[in-house]
Amino acid sequence: MVFQSVKMAMDSIMSNKMRSFLTMLGMIIGVMSLVVLVSIVNGATKSVTDSIANIGTNMLSVSIMDDKDAPLSMDEVEELTEYESVKNTASFSTGNATAKHERNSESITLYGTTGSYYEIKGLSLLNGRFLKNADVDSSTFVAVLNQTAAEELFGQTHIVGETVSLNGYHFTVIGVLEEEESTTGNSSERLEAYIPFTALSKISGSGRNVSSFYVTSADEDSMDAVENEITKFLYLRFSYDSDAFSVTNSSTIMETMSSVNDTMKWMLGGIAAISLLVGGIGIMNIMLVSVTEITREIGIRKAIGARKKTILLQFLIEALLVSIIGCLIGIVLSALTVFGVNSLIDSVSASMSLDVVLVAIGFSVFIGTVFGIYPAYKAADKPPIEALRYMR
Amino acid sequence: MIELNNLCKTYEIGDDTVRALDHASLCIEDGEFVSIIGPSGSGKSTLMNVIGCLDVADEGTYLLDGMPIEEFSDDELARIRNEKIGFVFQNFNLLSKLSAQENIELPLVYQQIPKQERKRRVDEALDRVALRKRKNHRPMELSGGQQQRVAIARALVTKPSLILADEPTGNLDSKTGDEIMTLFHELHDQGNTIVLITHDEKVADQAERKIRILDGKVFDA
Repeated sequence: MVFQSVKMAMDSIMSNKMRSFLTMLGMIIGVMSLVVLVSIVNGATKSVTDSIANIGTNMLSVSIMDDKDAPLSMDEVEELTEYESVKNTASFSTGNATAKHERNSESITLYGTTGSYYEIKGLSLLNGRFLKNADVDSSTFVAVLNQTAAEELFGQTHIVGETVSLNGYHFTVIGVLEEEESTTGNSSERLEAYIPFTALSKISGSGRNVSSFYVTSADEDSMDAVENEITKFLYLRFSYDSDAFSVTNSSTIMETMSSVNDTMKWMLGGIAAISLLVGGIGIMNIMLVSVTEITREIGIRKAIGARKKTILLQFLIEALLVSIIGCLIGIVLSALTVFGVNSLIDSVSASMSLDVVLVAIGFSVFIGTVFGIYPAYKAADKPPIEALRYMR
Repeated sequence: MIELNNLCKTYEIGDDTVRALDHASLCIEDGEFVSIIGPSGSGKSTLMNVIGCLDVADEGTYLLDGMPIEEFSDDELARIRNEKIGFVFQNFNLLSKLSAQENIELPLVYQQIPKQERKRRVDEALDRVALRKRKNHRPMELSGGQQQRVAIARALVTKPSLILADEPTGNLDSKTGDEIMTLFHELHDQGNTIVLITHDEKVADQAERKIRILDGKVFDA
């Protein structure tokens, strides 16, 4: 019986090519707008989360605003690693300096930090090595430059062993960092030098007090534990004043960003869903236009002995076939569009996800079925004599 | 065997109540060729719908081969129409999307008869109406007389207890109409029960037995 119904539905689709095509067109446009829009938002979300994940999702950044005349020392920060959930800590401070090499002179941002900074920030080296804890302990005048700084000052990156002057102090270059793929685009303009925390305090005369540092957890799951430990520690350390310091969780930033993107996704998805709905109404319109024909057909079928169930099954299969075929064409075209957008527009990297494809299929099949079968349902409910009398 | 006992049916048309059947009683034996004649508005369409199980009377009983029709559900009536009654309509009522062969096959599809058997019986029916050569044509590609013969073949193919023809010659010219009537005579000679509804005296006179209907009342003429 089902096979017969499929055959009848196919006959019906083929003998009403225009009607079937228009029906599918509504579906195709609806599915395409849904899939393509959501894919573009997905791509945007992915690139934002990727760049945040690059910074590290298991990192806390701590700054101390009010040291209560009992400043934190580097050793105290080091000792935080004794907490089981804490993996690494790195004190850091920043400053500005004038960097000179031969005749080149540029202003540069100085980062005074420790060896673990490298791992915490997920940096990578082009040449040489990064700072080691021994450099920090003995406050050696060594520096690691970023690629821009190396190129601006030396004109090349193979400069390990060369000397650079920072505010008149001579530093030996021990390494060059690889430039990160930046999403913002302008950070590569900046000249940066990483020197031992102790060396920076020496040349700036600021003392060895730590006012900001990074903490990493062993993994993302223990983030909350670390945050609690550190907050508790600082709370006790700074006379029970929670305003004396701030602890920023990078995954909090990520959550905010991804919730913004989720909102975008729902908004655009909603708009696209409305276009799918409009497509569905188009389907119903087309079905209603041919309702005279459908009603007479159903009248004849009922007169010669079709049961209501049999008739509805035929029209259900017809509606399903049309909407599924339309939906598949829509998905193929969406994939092509997404591919085209990606290769033509550099700033957009759309990515199609299985979720949205499934939602599109589900939604269009639902709409196609509901709108396709409604006129048939109305017609099948009429007594056969009335349906037979139904003529223009 | 058809037995109608005191059938009554009324319609409300605006403020008027139309008595389409007024205590109509009628008995038709197997193998009879009966014509029912009456002017338009006499209730003959209603009588045909009731006999064809397309409609149920308000009062009275209708036994078709001993089955009390008013007791069945819509789906059961569909099955009875499918198995017991072959319809021939004035405007043919073929499905335009299907070929002649597929139109004839349709009642057998609803009976879920296997494909081989369907094909055999469709060919047999096509032979009876001498249309085998045209079996792959769509209704639009056939003349009126040919379309009516396809419709007759569709009525025959289930071997029904009753062939119910409603003005079968009404949309045809007189020559083609005569051919269709000749076909009905042949079918009668082969043992089919035929009920023919018409307003045309000449057509009605060709039947073995003529029944007249007027204002919903039935008389043997």
